[in-house]
Amino acid sequence: MGIQQLVFLVVSAAVFFIAFKKYKQIYRNIFLGKPQIISDHKNERWKNVILVAFGQKKMFKNFIPAIFHLFIYVAFLLTQIELIEILLDGILGKHRIFAEMLGGFYTFLLNSIEVLSLLALVATFVFLYRRNLLKIPRFVKSELNGWPKLDANLILIGEIFLVTGIFLMNSSDGLLQKMDTSHYPFTGDLVISSVAGSLFLSDLDINTLQMLERTGWWLHLFVVYGFILYLPYSKHFHVFLAFPNVYFSRLEPRGEMENMPAIMNEVKGMFGLPVETTQDGQGDVNMDFGAKDVFDFSWKTILDAYSCTECGRCTAVCPANLTGKKLSPRKILMDIRDRATEIGDNIDSGKKEFFSEGENTGDPEYFRKNYNDGKNLFSYISREEIHACTTCNACVEACPVLINPLEPILELRRYEILSESAGPPDWVPMFTAMENGGCVWQMPEEREKWRTEIGSPS
Amino acid sequence: MAEATAEGFVPEILFWVGCSGSFDARAQKVTKTFAELLIKCKIPFAILGNEEQCTGDPARRAGNEFVFQMLALQNIQTLNMYGVTKIVTACPHCFNTLKNEYPALGGNYEVVHHTTFLQSLFNEGKLQVKGGSFKGKKITYHDSCYLGRINGIYEAPRQLLEALEVDLIEMKRCKTNGLCCGAGGAQMFKEDEPGQKRINVERAEEIVETGAGIVAANCPFGITMVTDGMKAKDKQDDILVYDISELILQAGLEIQK
Repeated sequence: MGIQQLVFLVVSAAVFFIAFKKYKQIYRNIFLGKPQIISDHKNERWKNVILVAFGQKKMFKNFIPAIFHLFIYVAFLLTQIELIEILLDGILGKHRIFAEMLGGFYTFLLNSIEVLSLLALVATFVFLYRRNLLKIPRFVKSELNGWPKLDANLILIGEIFLVTGIFLMNSSDGLLQKMDTSHYPFTGDLVISSVAGSLFLSDLDINTLQMLERTGWWLHLFVVYGFILYLPYSKHFHVFLAFPNVYFSRLEPRGEMENMPAIMNEVKGMFGLPVETTQDGQGDVNMDFGAKDVFDFSWKTILDAYSCTECGRCTAVCPANLTGKKLSPRKILMDIRDRATEIGDNIDSGKKEFFSEGENTGDPEYFRKNYNDGKNLFSYISREEIHACTTCNACVEACPVLINPLEPILELRRYEILSESAGPPDWVPMFTAMENGGCVWQMPEEREKWRTEIGSPS
Repeated sequence: MAEATAEGFVPEILFWVGCSGSFDARAQKVTKTFAELLIKCKIPFAILGNEEQCTGDPARRAGNEFVFQMLALQNIQTLNMYGVTKIVTACPHCFNTLKNEYPALGGNYEVVHHTTFLQSLFNEGKLQVKGGSFKGKKITYHDSCYLGRINGIYEAPRQLLEALEVDLIEMKRCKTNGLCCGAGGAQMFKEDEPGQKRINVERAEEIVETGAGIVAANCPFGITMVTDGMKAKDKQDDILVYDISELILQAGLEIQK
């Protein structure tokens, strides 16, 4: 076994071990949310995955970013083939294992990867420009200050290194093929690296070229491993989660808020109506309603939060945000994610102070009942934010990966009104009028007064 | 409805008037207009009158599920008692709640928004819409969130405007991208949160930009908010806000015998 092969195996094992632990932690964090079975309408769900996730349908509401994002996305998908080759070469100590297996198709494949990588590189510079110089409103909102802004730039810089690695590897390899045919299988002429090679590398000797080829190879691999380890800390986790998130996205009519059977049954009981006992949540008076923390949301909402790319299309169309109110749907999602991560980290710290009682069984149900760090989501999200929502669904419509920012806002409102009996004081007279007079306003007149002013209907 | 039942008369539709349609002076006009159109088209209809209560939409969206359930369950009892099968309403918020939220509580009806209903009357030839005074006039249309983005109804109201032969000028933010008027989610019943601008003013500015003289609307909240926005821009005399049913009635009707 060569030294390179050994280093490769050790590094790879370490990377996958660390990544596995971290990814498992996020999986656990998502299921800190309440259980919800989503197994209906499989065909419609797959259709969404194909159109919205793979097909990027919603991205194309906004053509310019969509086309550049498409370059990076397709390059990302296609480069996976090259990555598989790199991994196989690394494990087996071979060089370009696919070259002989695939023949002419290999040349076509590498050329496709090269063209897309160049397009992706252009897209990367366009995105750096859009984020840092163009001052697009959705990229300069306060919730992006600090880490989110740096995160967005870091991945773009990583992308530049990745593409550099590919071209460095391919162009030096192309020259080496002419010098040492036994070690460097023929790949066919590659459209970009052959030009780059003859422009920049043609005067170099075989040793330098070999070193450059290895540098490109390892650079590519290290950037990929870097991404794998970095993604769980980044908004770029969407490259994985966008797909399941789209699959599990809500299919109910947008205008339907989730029913609360516990309250329905209590009110039915009050009116002497028959109560269906099969429904869950039988009038437990001590129960909290709505959501005050991540434990109270469906796991799907936490998945939404971890899938968010912080692109801000939701915030850019939010009427409240557009008119200077504090509400930003993107921030709500980011807060839910950050809170879930905070809880997850505290749980993993193993400190007893975060648990009120009992033995930590690692079960989400145990955390839900016993976790307490003196904080909740309202430590992140102010009342002002949730009060500003008009439920217009513009954010829901805007999200390219079918995140629903409205649901958690309404769940927080439910907690505030039902469990805390708080909320905007302006709403109190409305509730009173509705309860007492069946109308949003306290009205002294009759409902059908207008009738006397036209020809009488039945 | 009570009288109709007593007389053994089964109306084709129940006209759900809603709180705004019943009590708000401006929305009352729309109610009367739509009732007049129904009478002229000889569509037998009934109202619940004092037996109608708020659908509970603003309470539910404010977070008060308790009040919502109280109202919804009472309304469903009333509707089921009269054996109502088809409901038409001029309020997209009532429309949405009746259509999408009452089924889970045991209220299943065919629910139609009045613009869709008028459009089907027009398609069936029962309602002859003509251009009249609006022919060639610059008119813009405000998609309400609860009819448009939330229930996907963009075309029925536009087809009515087309039948009126107006020069429809779309706003930049229309259809799926339509901008809210600022009233939904029980915002209608509270002061705005601190900000730089009211949402209806933002919408009003966009309306002014179109150069239209009339805004066609489909929602009582929308009419209130947009009208207030026009006042804020001092354009209340130049740009008038009407419900689509009002435009149809004003243009004049030819009633099929």
